[in-house]
Amino acid sequence: MSNPVLNVNAVSKDFGGIRALDEVDLVVNDKEIVALIGPNGAGKTTFFNCITGIYTPTSGDVIIDPKAQGHARRINGKKPNIVTELGMARTFQNIRLFPSMTALENVMIGTHCRTKSSIWGAVSRNKATRREEQAVVQKAYDLLDMVGLKEFVNELATNMPYGKQRRLEIARALATDPFLLLLDEPAAGMNPQETLDLEDLIVSIREKFNISIMLIEHDMKMVMSMSDRIYVLDYGRMIADGTPEEIAANPEVIKAYLGEEHDD
Amino acid sequence: MSNESKTMNQSFVRFFLTAGCDGYAHAVRKSFLVALWFVFLTFPIMVIRVNTIENTVVWHWSRIGYVALAIFFGSFVWRWLLARKELKKDESQNETRVESVLTRMQSNPIFKFSALAVLALAAAVYPWAFNLYQTNIMISCLIYIVLGLGLNIVVGLAGLLDLGYVAFYAVGAYAYALCNMHWGLGFWYMLPVGAVLGAVLGIILGFPVLRLRGDYLAIVTLGFGEIIRLVLENWGDVTMGPSGISSIARPDLFGVKLGVVGSTQYMFYIMVGLLVFTIFCVNRLQNSRIGRAWLALREDEIACQAMGIDKMKTKLMAFALGATWAGMAGVVFAAKTTFINPASFTFWESAIILSIVVIGGMGSIRGVIAGAIILILVPEYLREFAQFRMLLFGAIMVLVMVFRPQGLISAKRKIYTYKVAEAGAANE
Repeated sequence: MSNPVLNVNAVSKDFGGIRALDEVDLVVNDKEIVALIGPNGAGKTTFFNCITGIYTPTSGDVIIDPKAQGHARRINGKKPNIVTELGMARTFQNIRLFPSMTALENVMIGTHCRTKSSIWGAVSRNKATRREEQAVVQKAYDLLDMVGLKEFVNELATNMPYGKQRRLEIARALATDPFLLLLDEPAAGMNPQETLDLEDLIVSIREKFNISIMLIEHDMKMVMSMSDRIYVLDYGRMIADGTPEEIAANPEVIKAYLGEEHDD
Repeated sequence: MSNESKTMNQSFVRFFLTAGCDGYAHAVRKSFLVALWFVFLTFPIMVIRVNTIENTVVWHWSRIGYVALAIFFGSFVWRWLLARKELKKDESQNETRVESVLTRMQSNPIFKFSALAVLALAAAVYPWAFNLYQTNIMISCLIYIVLGLGLNIVVGLAGLLDLGYVAFYAVGAYAYALCNMHWGLGFWYMLPVGAVLGAVLGIILGFPVLRLRGDYLAIVTLGFGEIIRLVLENWGDVTMGPSGISSIARPDLFGVKLGVVGSTQYMFYIMVGLLVFTIFCVNRLQNSRIGRAWLALREDEIACQAMGIDKMKTKLMAFALGATWAGMAGVVFAAKTTFINPASFTFWESAIILSIVVIGGMGSIRGVIAGAIILILVPEYLREFAQFRMLLFGAIMVLVMVFRPQGLISAKRKIYTYKVAEAGAANE
C-alpha cells in the first residue's frame, strides 16, 4: 500500500491573517477510497480547492503521480483546467452543473480536455470531427447509463431531481478520465436509501475504472463502511488519520466532534 | 360539451376581471387607483396648455377622461397578462405554440425543404419585385441579422456581455473605406481582410478583459467601443475625422460596374450569401465541442474550468469569432452606403444589436433573425406614425421583455443520437 497517486506535503493556505489550512499532509494510494472528515468550517473544501487549482496554496507541495507509475510532478499553482487534464476531477459541495444544458451535454463537457476538434473541424464537420463527436456522445451516454441516469439523458440538468443531479456531477467528472476522483459531500441532502445506493455506485466506480477516490463526507455511516482510510481535519490542522476503526476510537477525533467533557 | 365550454368561458372572464386580485371589487378599486395616479401624473402635460402667443392658459379637461378610461382598462389587461404569465410559469419549460410548430416543421424533411425553397425563391425575386427603397432597408436588415448572429456568439453562447460590439463593425467599415481610398482595393479583397482584422481586434480586446465578467465586462467593452469611435472622430489625418469618407466603391461584378439599381440588387444577393454563410457557420459552431464549451462557460465559469476547459482560450475564441462577422458586416456596410462617418458607429448601434440578440432569444439563430426583423424593419415601417415611432418601438421592447424574458424564440438543445448498450440499436 505504498504507491501514492496524490501526495500532499505540508500544505498551508492563508486568507489574509486567517490560516485556513495549517501544514496539512495527506496521501492517497492507487485504487484507494480515502475520506476526509471534520466539523463544519474545518477547511475540507479549502483543501479540495487547493489541490484542484482553484486556490494556490500559500506553502507546501501537491505532488501527483498518475496511476502510480513513478512520473511524479508538482502541481501547485496550476490552473484548474490543467489539473483536470492531468487527471484529478472533482464534484462540488453545492452542485455546479450547467443548468440549461441536457444531462448528456453536461457529461460531454467532461470529455472536452480529452478531445481536440478545432474551429475548422466544427465548421467543416470533417470525418475526424464526426467520428470524435459520435465517440463523445457514446461515451457520455454510457457513463450516464452507468450512474443510473438513462432516463434523464435528454433532460435539462436543472429539471432533474436533487439526488440525480449529484449523480450527474459524478458522471461528468468521470468523463474527464481521472486517476483520482474528488467528491465534495456527494451524499449531502440525500435520504438514507439514496445514500446506500450512492455508496454502491462509488465502490463500483473504483472497481470499474480502477481509480482512486477521495471524498469529503458528513455521513459517518457511509464513511465508516466504505473508506479504506480516513483523515480528520479540524481548524485547518490534520488531527488524525487511519483506518475507520482507528478513527472511531481516536479520543482527539471524538473531542473535535463532540467537544470536551468538563467535570465540575 | 357546450356546458363545459360555457363554464370555462365564465371562469375565463372571471380570471380576466380579477387577475391578480381577490375579487371584482378589489380589481376595480385597484384599476381605479392606477387610473387616478396616471391622471395626476399626466395632468401637467395633457391638460394644461400655455398659449405663448396670446399668453393664456388653455385647459383640456376632456383629456382627463380619456386618460382615466384608457388606463382603467389598460390596467386590467396588464394584470391579466401578468397573471396569465404566472400561471404559465409552471409549464414554462414547454415550448410555445409557435416554437412547437417550428420544431415540427423542422423535423419533417418535406416541409423543411419546401420552406427553404420558398425562402430561396423569395430572396431571389425580392430585389426585382420591390423598389429600391424596400431593397435597401432589407439589406440593412440582413446586415443587422449578421451582426446579431456574430454578437450572439459572444453574448448568447459564451455569456460575455459585450456593449462595444460596434467597434469591430466600425473597424471593418473603415478598413474597406481607407484601403479603397488609398490603394483602390476592391470589395472582394477587403471582405476577408475585414474578417481577419475583426478577429485580431477581438483577441486584442479579449486579453485585458479575460478576468472580467458580467457588469464589469460590460463597462470595459462599452469603453472600448467609445475609444474606437473617438479615435475615428479625432484622428483626422487618417480617418478624415467627423466628416467621414465618401464615394467608397460599390462591389463590381467581375469587373463590370453596375448602376445604382443594379449594384443595390447585387448588394442584396451578396448579403443573402453572407447571411447563409453566417448561419451555416454559427449553426455548426454552436453544436460542436467549442460551442458546448461556450455554453458551459456561460452557465458556470468555475465548474467549466474544473471540467478541463481552458477559460482563456474559450473566451478569446468567442471574442474573435464574434468580431469576425462584425468586421465582414462593416465592409458590406461601407460598400452599401458608399459613405461612412463616426456617427454610424455610436453606442446606440451596439445597444440595438444587443437588443436584437436579447429580444430575439439568446443563443437561438431563429430568434436572432426574428429579433432583427422586428427591431430593424418595424421602426422603418412605422415611419407613418412619425413622432410616435420610437415610442412604439420602446413599448414593443418593454412588452417582449416583460412577457417573454427568454426572447421571442428561445434556444433549443440539440438531441443527440447514441447506441443503447443492451439493444445496440440507434435511439433518438
